[in-house]
Amino acid sequence: MERSEILVTIKDHLEARGIDGELVTEQADLANDLGLDSLDTVELTVGLEEKFGIEIPDTELEGVVTVGDAIDLIQTKSPVGA
Amino acid sequence: MIDVVVTGIGVVTPIGIGVDAFWAGLMEGRSGAGTIERFDPSGLPVTIACEAGDFDATTYISPREIPRMDRFTQMAVASAALAVEDAGLDVEELPKARVGVIAGSGIGGLETIEQEHENLRTAGPRRVSPFMVPKLMPNGAAGMIAMRFGFNGPNYAPASACATGSHAIGEALRWIREGRADVMLAGGSEAAITPLAVAAFTRMGALSKRNDDPMAASRPFDAERDGFVFGEGAGILVLESLDHARARGAEPLARVSGYGATADAFHVTQPDPEGKGAAAAMTFALEDAGRTPADVDHINAHGTSTPYNDKTETIAIKSALGNEAKKVSICSTKSQTGHLLGAAGAVEAAAVALAIHRGVVPGTINLENADPECDLDYVADGPREMAVNVAISNSFGFGGQNACLVLERS
Repeated sequence: MERSEILVTIKDHLEARGIDGELVTEQADLANDLGLDSLDTVELTVGLEEKFGIEIPDTELEGVVTVGDAIDLIQTKSPVGA
Repeated sequence: MIDVVVTGIGVVTPIGIGVDAFWAGLMEGRSGAGTIERFDPSGLPVTIACEAGDFDATTYISPREIPRMDRFTQMAVASAALAVEDAGLDVEELPKARVGVIAGSGIGGLETIEQEHENLRTAGPRRVSPFMVPKLMPNGAAGMIAMRFGFNGPNYAPASACATGSHAIGEALRWIREGRADVMLAGGSEAAITPLAVAAFTRMGALSKRNDDPMAASRPFDAERDGFVFGEGAGILVLESLDHARARGAEPLARVSGYGATADAFHVTQPDPEGKGAAAAMTFALEDAGRTPADVDHINAHGTSTPYNDKTETIAIKSALGNEAKKVSICSTKSQTGHLLGAAGAVEAAAVALAIHRGVVPGTINLENADPECDLDYVADGPREMAVNVAISNSFGFGGQNACLVLERS
């Protein structure tokens, strides 16, 4: 998966929840810049799992601080069953 | 004793959003009923309801917050915003620790529950939203209202089915009277018109089946009534101590002077056939206000349009007021709005405050041939211009829970 494709998906997900898409860059801090709380993060994770057909265990989310970190994590995953 | 006044009203109802539209709807005798539009009701035995179809959450709530709220919370927050504006409250100037919110719901976020249960069944547990619990909990609305304005005072949600809104206002009255709050936002909200709830209320025999003529379906006290019309909406009133209102130069709409609460302890859905619990709640509310039956000009009835309620409420009014009952102008707001369940008591208390302030009692629509057992003056001939000095607002919930309020001219 291309980084740009993943970024657009994250941006679309967050825009649908009222977050300004302009703020969604690779450098953006999920909590401090975008205002995501733990519930938002769970919802985003599930949205990305659905979109890309992957599974992201909750334990692997701990090091994810920025949008770029999330993209890194998603790039390590292969679609389930692929 | 500390006097408590209503200084602002916010409502979302099937006949109008905001005080002016709601009042215009009452004065025009508008019905909010129609065929259900939020989902396809075909296949259900009841296909009509009073929906707040004009409600647009984006007018009141940021796009960031909307998906985090069930519709009942959206309506409550919108009503709170409208009430704060109507009261002319300068939120930044308020002593936040002395401003509370008591806002309940009869059911809570039923639409959310149904949606997430579907997700669980079709896609598994990871697809259940992390927002499900905060969206469905009936106290979510009170919490969200506090967060919007930063009010740190007492905050909770009564749940007494169709009496919820009245209990909320009565509880708020007590907090201010005790001197433990200066301002309280109080009321209720409900947005539970879903296929599951329509099916369930139909199975109880509670809903009107007049599918072919929805605007005539809610007909309280009429001989041909066959159940209530399911409604949705919210009402929030700003209550404050008279001193607090005076200090900021606010004009009171009415005074809240009495609160009576009882239980039938009889049956979970049927009222006591003698209306004893309802009558006692009215009597206690009058006593609390220091009033007698002869003082009462107007009653906003619970008036659901079910065969049981309207008959036993009539008995209860006669029992509580004696010979004075025949002189009182009684109306059912539910004839126009349908039954707003947990919001009903709040929206109806709003109607009473406006009736007092504007000197007009709204009518009861669709009352064409009164049930012989309903033989009081239900203002069937449309709004009535009259001085309203003392009024009662009745709410009786499933569970046998009764709450009555007395409001009077301030």
